[in-house]
Amino acid sequence: MFRHDRTVAFKSGDPVTSPSTVARSPALSSGPPPEAVACPECDMLQRIPRLPPRAEACCPRCGCMIARQPAGPKDLPLALTLAAVFLFMVANAVPLMDLSVIGRTASTTIAGGALEMWNQDEELAAILIAFCAVLAPGGYLLFMLTVMLGARRTPAPHWVGEMLRWASHFRVWSTLDVMMLGILVALVKIAELATVTPGIGMYAVGALLLLLPAIAFTFDARDLWHRIEWTDRLHTAPIPLADTAQERPA
Amino acid sequence: MTRASTTAAQVGLVSCEACQLLVQPQSSTEPGFCPRCGEELEFRRHASIDTSWALLIAAAICFIPANALPVLNSTSLGSTEPDTILGGVVFLYLSGSWHLALIVLVASFMIPLGKLVALAYLLITVQRGSVTRSRDRTRLYRVVEFIGRWSLLDVFVAAFTVALVQLQPLMSVAPGPGVLFFAAVVVLTMLAAESFDPRLIWDSH
Repeated sequence: MFRHDRTVAFKSGDPVTSPSTVARSPALSSGPPPEAVACPECDMLQRIPRLPPRAEACCPRCGCMIARQPAGPKDLPLALTLAAVFLFMVANAVPLMDLSVIGRTASTTIAGGALEMWNQDEELAAILIAFCAVLAPGGYLLFMLTVMLGARRTPAPHWVGEMLRWASHFRVWSTLDVMMLGILVALVKIAELATVTPGIGMYAVGALLLLLPAIAFTFDARDLWHRIEWTDRLHTAPIPLADTAQERPA
Repeated sequence: MTRASTTAAQVGLVSCEACQLLVQPQSSTEPGFCPRCGEELEFRRHASIDTSWALLIAAAICFIPANALPVLNSTSLGSTEPDTILGGVVFLYLSGSWHLALIVLVASFMIPLGKLVALAYLLITVQRGSVTRSRDRTRLYRVVEFIGRWSLLDVFVAAFTVALVQLQPLMSVAPGPGVLFFAAVVVLTMLAAESFDPRLIWDSH
């Protein structure tokens, strides 16, 4: 179950080459202290140096981007997420586009695209579309909103970490950008046959496509992970640590 | 890179895949769950090579009907016309939008095919214990992981064409059997990439 002998943490200012046995010092206002991590893509142990705003730390062995220090006001990601939640509701409530041929009109929403596939006996494709275009982005935004509201407490409660983990799982399957391009291609194809007018939903999706990466870019997940409350944090282990992640300025 | 480096696994530590916390687990066979975020801890993703191969082969099989069968059947004034993915590319090219034709060709045909080849190459080199070009192979994995979702493009094109063009006696579009196989290719290759553990590339160093 949730039993662990030891977890590893580092004191800021340790000499790079010497192993440390000291628990992590409290986070300073200038961002999280240097921290021991293993590269997610090659498992190499290294420490993340203290990064200036917008700088990145990369694994010296495989080049994987390990950490990025976001810049900007602390509440900016929350404001962006609130705006994104609102736009997401608009994008799902109003038609994406209208079509008209010789006096007859038709229109569709995002969910309408999935529903029509379901009605035409392509249930699996319908489920995939509903998941990637509605559930995954919606879930991601809702989890991120909850995470950001919960993270305003100090220390951040334990459930915030669980939710942040779920948000990142949803993010992989959120494909609003692909959907937007798919709609554009469909529009060009249909434009041969009929007159197509983009609706408000289309503009809402377009704005969302700018907001979603902006949230990811301004949100400081590393700082939040440092502030999350969890038990067992005082157990430490000596580890050999010879390398430092490469700093890449903005 | 010739310099010796220490990996977390070598010193008995597990890195949480969700929050990057380094944990020293009690048992090396069952590391348990991350105490900070609750993610299941694994030294290397479970049965990574076998799972990845299985999903990849399934995707390769689905790739054939995905391209051979029509993704759309358009009916206008009584006559029905089947439309495959490559047929759609030709249609877009002939109707003057060569840039969209190129996007669909890349997203729907070349990306899935490239992903199948790239993942097979990564799996074979890992199984052979290759130590060369590990940095390039990691980069290749990163690209495969990043572009995978873009092949969903044609599923969305089909869905929104079907949803819009429903003007019954005049013209209508229905999804063809190719859509299901095509969606399967995309999902299976995405899952195959997710089950492949890039850390295996470096384990033979």
